[in-house]
Amino acid sequence: MTAEPLLSVRDLRVEFSTAAGVVTAVDGASFDVRRGETVALLGESGSGKSVTAQAVLGIVPKPAGRVTGGSIHYDGRDLLTLPAPAKRELRGREIAMVFQDPLSSLNPVFRVGAQIGEMFRRHRGASRKEARAQALELMRRVGIPAAEKRLDDYPHQFSGGMRQRVMIAMALALSPRLLIADEPTTALDVTVQAQIMDLLARLQDEEGMSLVLITHDLGVVADVADRVVLMYAGRVVEAGPIREVYEHSAHPYTTGLMGSLPAIDGPRERLTPIQGGPPDLLDLPSGCSFRPRCNFADQLCADEEPALLDAPGRPLPHSSACHHSGKVLSDAF
Amino acid sequence: MPFDTPLLQVRDLHTTFPLRSALLRRTVGHVQAVAGVSFEIPAGGTLGLVGESGSGKSTVARTIIGLEKSQSGSILFEGEELTSLPPARMRQVRRHLQMIFQDPYASLNPRATVEQIITEAWEIHPDVVPRDRFKPEVRELLERVGLNPDHAARYPHQFSGGQRQRIGIARALALRPKLVICDEAVSALDVSVQAQVLNLLADLRSELGLAYLFIAHDLSVVRHISDQVAVMYLGRIVETASQQELFAEPIHPYSQALLSAVPDPLPWARPPRTPILIGGDVPSPADPPSGCRFRTRCWKAQDVCAAEDPALELRLGLHPAACHFAERRTDLVAR
Repeated sequence: MTAEPLLSVRDLRVEFSTAAGVVTAVDGASFDVRRGETVALLGESGSGKSVTAQAVLGIVPKPAGRVTGGSIHYDGRDLLTLPAPAKRELRGREIAMVFQDPLSSLNPVFRVGAQIGEMFRRHRGASRKEARAQALELMRRVGIPAAEKRLDDYPHQFSGGMRQRVMIAMALALSPRLLIADEPTTALDVTVQAQIMDLLARLQDEEGMSLVLITHDLGVVADVADRVVLMYAGRVVEAGPIREVYEHSAHPYTTGLMGSLPAIDGPRERLTPIQGGPPDLLDLPSGCSFRPRCNFADQLCADEEPALLDAPGRPLPHSSACHHSGKVLSDAF
Repeated sequence: MPFDTPLLQVRDLHTTFPLRSALLRRTVGHVQAVAGVSFEIPAGGTLGLVGESGSGKSTVARTIIGLEKSQSGSILFEGEELTSLPPARMRQVRRHLQMIFQDPYASLNPRATVEQIITEAWEIHPDVVPRDRFKPEVRELLERVGLNPDHAARYPHQFSGGQRQRIGIARALALRPKLVICDEAVSALDVSVQAQVLNLLADLRSELGLAYLFIAHDLSVVRHISDQVAVMYLGRIVETASQQELFAEPIHPYSQALLSAVPDPLPWARPPRTPILIGGDVPSPADPPSGCRFRTRCWKAQDVCAAEDPALELRLGLHPAACHFAERRTDLVAR
């Protein structure tokens, strides 16, 4: 694809000051999101996936956290250097976000219809009546049953799944071009999770917007994402089309995650987990951060931090930040 | 105890919680969290109990170990009725019935060292380990669950989430129980660590002959560890079968929907699954639907489902399911 990506993150660095020292939560992460594309940002605790999204939205918690390097280009403009009013305008209208816990993102004392309508009143100068009609329309689109009866309900009167639909309705109100969903289904039951993922995929398709799904769950995004960006200890360790990356993993962390998942069919086999625990960002090893947990690690991995390079012998674009990616690929097959 | 008596036998268990008004604290109704649940677990066996929030699966566990009081029904452990046991005897029996919780941090005393956490149980049951054996036994237990025995003097906050769960497992094993109830014991862990703990639980089962009541919402995890599986919905078991049969041929619509909703990390490798998207959410257990409790979300529901509560009985010659319209379906997962 030659068209310029809608979102282009380059060498992003985000640091947090903690009582125990400075933590680099995002350490030189780079990735693109093209127009109309769904990208999964995948990682476990401490990977920096959520902080990356916070940086894009300009909501890195202050004063502890700050962006200390890199660029975030949205539609050609760098969000990190844009004047504040222009930034607010972009982030309000064009980039929307859905969070894991909808209850804490909704105002408990306002009726749901009014909260959705507020988006039209504030940004589009709609009248109260117009805003209400548009809120109703949106609630129907996101599949809230008996929407006209529920307009005047308060957030606590909705179930978890319905609240997440309300959040999605609010995020869609201004027809954003980029929707970032941070663990949108993690707090939901599996049948409701399936509904919400189905809804997000359908809306992405209808709106032609770009969708970034931040998740720790490899399975949830497999059906809906075009590409996957895997993060570990603040860095991108592997990226590419999701099927290519899942079926031909070129990073030992990715193969380790796949081996950790119990299968839902076929023979039951002993799991092959990754050894050790999540990285301690205050005490990262030299070279490759993953090496203490890695079976491929050798002296090179301790001496040199691996760059994100093309996966050897695989169709592009597929990149991996591992000195031994060729061996990882050949070992698996 | 006769040779073939199951280790744990739960019969028609009911557990209800009073609903109180905010103002006068008067009881205004009841929530039937567990509404007639029966199952058994043989010595060394593993029953997986799956269900979504509000299914009552955790209340079943809490009732068995005595954290909640049952309203009716019976809980037989090695043939002994737990619901009417005198407290002194209950303490003795409880030794053999341990629980591992979802949040290892919340369930470990932050001011106690790992050694204190583990030996606390031996103080209460001095016959299990004599005091002069405390230190070597702690080391052995830590080693067994994959922790460094030299870390016995550390506090819970000095460990990662996965390691804390191992401390919780070590504590549960300290009294050499026969049955361990795992209540969402791996769901808060990162995938890579979850797999380590699942392997550990499997090893402990074969080394120590433990039986598990394994409660989880994640079907892949339940399939991985269970011999038998029971699916719960709104306080009832709707289907139960061997692990092989339940995942290959679920016949209750709810089990089918659950199975079809399991995220598949490699959807390209198999023939397309038929997605079943059930609408809506689980109704409130305070006001369950009449007849079949699943009927409000079921695509097969007829008038009979509202009128008649379907019994959990053998259907289609396969295994027990509580559905008037139980049906074979093999297109949910490829085999």
